[in-house]
Amino acid sequence: MPLDWSPLWLGLRYAGLATLLAMLVALPLAWLLARHRFPGSELLDAAANLPMVLPPAVLVYYLLAASGRWPLRFNWHAAVAVSAVYTLPVLLRMARAGLAAVDHSLENAARGLGAGEWRTFWRITLPLAWRALLAALLAGFVRAFADFGATAIVAGSAGTAWLLLPIAAAALAVLYIENRLRRRQVLA
Amino acid sequence: MIQVRIAAHGVDVEFQAGPGITALFGAAGAGKTLILDAIAGFVTPTGGRIILDDEILFDAASRVNVPPRRRHCGYVARHWALFPHMSLHDNLLFPQAGVPGLARLERHRRVKEMVERFAPLDAARRPHDVSPAQRLRATLARALIGEPKLLLVDEPAAGLDMGLRVEWHKVLRMVRDETSLPILLAARDLETCFELAGNMLLLDAGRILQSGPPRKVLDQPLSVEAARLLGIRNLFPAEILALDPGRNTSRLRLENFELTGPYLPGRLRGDRVWLCVEPGQLRAMPHDGAKPSMNQVAARLERASQMPRAVRLEFAGGIVAEVARPEFEQRPKDNDNKEWLVEFPPHALRVLGCP
Repeated sequence: MPLDWSPLWLGLRYAGLATLLAMLVALPLAWLLARHRFPGSELLDAAANLPMVLPPAVLVYYLLAASGRWPLRFNWHAAVAVSAVYTLPVLLRMARAGLAAVDHSLENAARGLGAGEWRTFWRITLPLAWRALLAALLAGFVRAFADFGATAIVAGSAGTAWLLLPIAAAALAVLYIENRLRRRQVLA
Repeated sequence: MIQVRIAAHGVDVEFQAGPGITALFGAAGAGKTLILDAIAGFVTPTGGRIILDDEILFDAASRVNVPPRRRHCGYVARHWALFPHMSLHDNLLFPQAGVPGLARLERHRRVKEMVERFAPLDAARRPHDVSPAQRLRATLARALIGEPKLLLVDEPAAGLDMGLRVEWHKVLRMVRDETSLPILLAARDLETCFELAGNMLLLDAGRILQSGPPRKVLDQPLSVEAARLLGIRNLFPAEILALDPGRNTSRLRLENFELTGPYLPGRLRGDRVWLCVEPGQLRAMPHDGAKPSMNQVAARLERASQMPRAVRLEFAGGIVAEVARPEFEQRPKDNDNKEWLVEFPPHALRVLGCP
């Protein structure tokens, strides 16, 4: 029987999309939480981390209930959205730590030299935090990917459980890269 | 000209500064950095007003708060704050990217000009790859390239080694002499104030204790707090026993001895004051048993410690004297009882406010 690789590609695609989507939300949120204190910031932080502590089944139930798509109907938009929500806390925590680690005096220096908030972020904060952000992206991706693999198999779109093997191998590789990145960040 | 009146996080100060260097002198935590940050706009004060050359930067009453990027203040942070991911050249280009209508060629020309002015600078290298001396010159160049109306400098000299400090002072003097910028310099050591500043503000716990030219402040501290902050030793509470304008003298009683001092205009008999003497102006000699003459006090030596250019003698009763090393080493070797005579020359006695 020829090896069916399609779940792997499907998983990679979905996890990639979900990670990007989550990053779009996580990055501004992380910046906001790392750099500003405002009324309700603690609450926002807690809410964003909620998917981390909720069991996936509960989370999906609430998401579906909220979007009015009950009873359950599988389509790829929903899958990516769920995966993104599930990945968000990991991305947010790591991105926030990375942004917070950027020396505040450098950002202030940029502001004093005539840069607005936007330029300060793009020219100073982001380039100095890119390793941490990339590591966050990879960690988020691994989470989304591993999660999807398990779901896909249980859902029956892949016939056999041995497909978990290449998925696990890919996840391991990404984790390894992420680990290396983090170590370089510490050294830098 | 900068006029500042701010209240923020335990700091409450009011001062103005013109061209030249004005030093904010105080211990760590006195509020120096907070004042600079408030002027630069990184910290929002709770009250007060900041005016730079007729432009209101901040006014609590009318809710004016100009953002940092439009305040035209050059800021030299304590740890330089050169952008580590850019070359020195790009660091210098950064302030100009925000200036509208400035042609690319013109920007590069300005950078080149600055690099020449603060030579030698390896502009192509990143901050981590150049010497600390170059880093400090680059920081100043970057702060000045945007043509600020005010330069704020947060004591980067703290913790620098001697050579680098000399270099830093040289560059700062050059900037002071070549421009007519008001420069506010947060300083933690008196030497910096004396070497560079035309004016100094004595800061303690967020308040200005005294201001004026450094020489004048050091010679005439207005209060005992100011004197302590300036590192003046030998502060004694005293009572004025007699005043003799005819002979231009006064008689003062300290804790357990009496001294003859200069006439004290504006003081009355019975006033309680603080007396202070520079340690270097006291004379100390081993006690050979003779009766102490005028203004000499017998005191027990508790500790002698070596200083770079003198020996510091600490006596019982909190008296500190500094004598030249040869003078100390020539003392009779049999002086084991450690009894010394300390002489307070009348002209060296200074009187501060009430205790």
